[in-house]
Amino acid sequence: MQRSIILPVATRFLMPLMLVFSIFLLLRGHNEVGGGFVGGLVAASALMLYAISTSPSALWRLLPLDPRFIAAIGLLISLFSGFISMFYEKPFMTNMWIEAPLPVLGKIGTPTLFDLGVYILVVGVVVWILLEFAEDE
Amino acid sequence: MIIYPILIPLVFAIITVLFWENQRVKRALSIISTGLLMIVNINIFFVVYREGIQVVQVGDWPAPFGISLVVDLFSAIMLLTTSIVAFLLAFYSVDGIDLARRKYGYFPLFQFLLVGVNGALCTGDLFNLYVWFEVMLMSSFVLIALGGERTQIEGAIKYVILNLLASTLFLSAIGLTYNLAGTLNMADLALRLQAVSSSGQVTVIAVLFLVAFGIKSAIFPLFFWLPASYHTPPVTITALFSALLTKVGMYTLIRFFTLLFPFESEYTHTIILISAGFTMLTGVLGAAAQTDLRRLLSFHIISQIGYIFMGLGLFTEYAIAASIYFLVHIILAKTALFLSAGMVESIQGSFDLKKLGGLYKHRVGLSMLFLLPALSVAGLPPFSGFFAKLGLIIAGLESKQYFIIGLALFVSLMTLFSMTKVWNEAYWKPPKDPQYADQQKPVSRWRLAPVIIIVVLSVLLGLFANPVFEVCQMAAAQLMDPSQYIRAVLGMVR
Repeated sequence: MQRSIILPVATRFLMPLMLVFSIFLLLRGHNEVGGGFVGGLVAASALMLYAISTSPSALWRLLPLDPRFIAAIGLLISLFSGFISMFYEKPFMTNMWIEAPLPVLGKIGTPTLFDLGVYILVVGVVVWILLEFAEDE
Repeated sequence: MIIYPILIPLVFAIITVLFWENQRVKRALSIISTGLLMIVNINIFFVVYREGIQVVQVGDWPAPFGISLVVDLFSAIMLLTTSIVAFLLAFYSVDGIDLARRKYGYFPLFQFLLVGVNGALCTGDLFNLYVWFEVMLMSSFVLIALGGERTQIEGAIKYVILNLLASTLFLSAIGLTYNLAGTLNMADLALRLQAVSSSGQVTVIAVLFLVAFGIKSAIFPLFFWLPASYHTPPVTITALFSALLTKVGMYTLIRFFTLLFPFESEYTHTIILISAGFTMLTGVLGAAAQTDLRRLLSFHIISQIGYIFMGLGLFTEYAIAASIYFLVHIILAKTALFLSAGMVESIQGSFDLKKLGGLYKHRVGLSMLFLLPALSVAGLPPFSGFFAKLGLIIAGLESKQYFIIGLALFVSLMTLFSMTKVWNEAYWKPPKDPQYADQQKPVSRWRLAPVIIIVVLSVLLGLFANPVFEVCQMAAAQLMDPSQYIRAVLGMVR
């Protein structure tokens, strides 16, 4: 089957844009529309676009880790964000914030870390599922 | 402190995923996790026993707004019992689960199932309870279908559809509750439902919850998914389900009808008693017709659920205490029976009573591991089943429900009959195929040790019935006086 040239070329421009947009969604997520879950989905669809336009095995090479590990690490990060407050003798998952807002990133606290974990988890799980399907063909 | 029963299996589930390829590490992690869980739960039990109800407001949000985790004595007893069973099952699964299932995520799912169970036992929030049930069900869906055998998929589809229906009802009932009371914190809800208790809406909600959890805990007439699905996965998984899933459904029903709907006694408790009677009867009659050991035991799960339900229907402090004791008894005894059945299968290669035989002649010790819990389930003294049923019958006599007592006794007799049938067929009669007779296939120590421990625990539960029953009575007293629970959660607000 002959591959279309439009898709690879478009992907080359779309993928970085989508990845940046996913980070943007992740960071504005706490009080506005967005968040780790949506951000993760956008990032995962960018990766899937790459897999479709080249090949699933190219995506395998692109990933630093097995998607299973990515998912597990995301979960661990989210879980760890809940533990932070326990070091300060507050109940599990109490929100802790850095007082002064950071440049670009804005206000950072444990919910941001939680969202980051969700982001990584979603990327890992979606890529895991889709690669599993792609292998069958 | 009481967050740990949820966190420990969660952390270990994730770590197990990291070691996806390494079977040895995975099973070691599973044993360590359940062992830690058991130690923590023993600790929690003693803290709750001495100091009363323990509460954590997750995220430091004050009570009616955030999610409260509450452990009272009843929760603590359930936590302790389930974690002991989980610990022993972690040992049993070293050998009792085949390699393909171990590779495809049995261990992480086992941990996630525990997360769900412990969450459901700890939570004090209605919606949070729904979430934990979903965690539990998701893991169980995969566990029941894992392996992908034809019969398994058939059983799994029935199981999944019926449980999803139950979840939908549960969620609708939560929606109605929120519409009516404007809160989902169980302690807060208990206060607010008191104020509207005259309204028929509360009864509607109570019955919706009854149906939703009735499906999950397999009561009459909603039990039919259980015998259709429980015999299909490996016996370790069936034992896990029988010890945890239906029992958590029962836990929730007892919690709801003592905390949230204690004023509904007239209407709902009649329904509960009638349903309990039929649950006992249909379960045991269904078992009588079976020749497959796993199916037979699955029907007995239903029949025994009926007894627990009967305690709730009688709704006196003594009856609830007997139900709690019964829960502990049946979790231990039933797990022992399923695991013994698993060993029978590993020796003679079948669950079919017609093919089995002659085990008693060569394997006396092994036969005892079936006989003792079987007699206990049938309700013979001095085993725990006798005291559990005695408690229920005394409670029944006190509230003059003679019909249900008669039924309970009759079903007990039928259970004995059914267990005798298994004993005759599998252990006593000479085997049909003489090659089985001299087959001395060894049973792995990983399987034998946990079964011995659980049988010993089950026997001890009978021998020390009095102190255990006293603890159950304390738990029941706490349940029947919801003001303690409400005060512990909401503090001195009202």
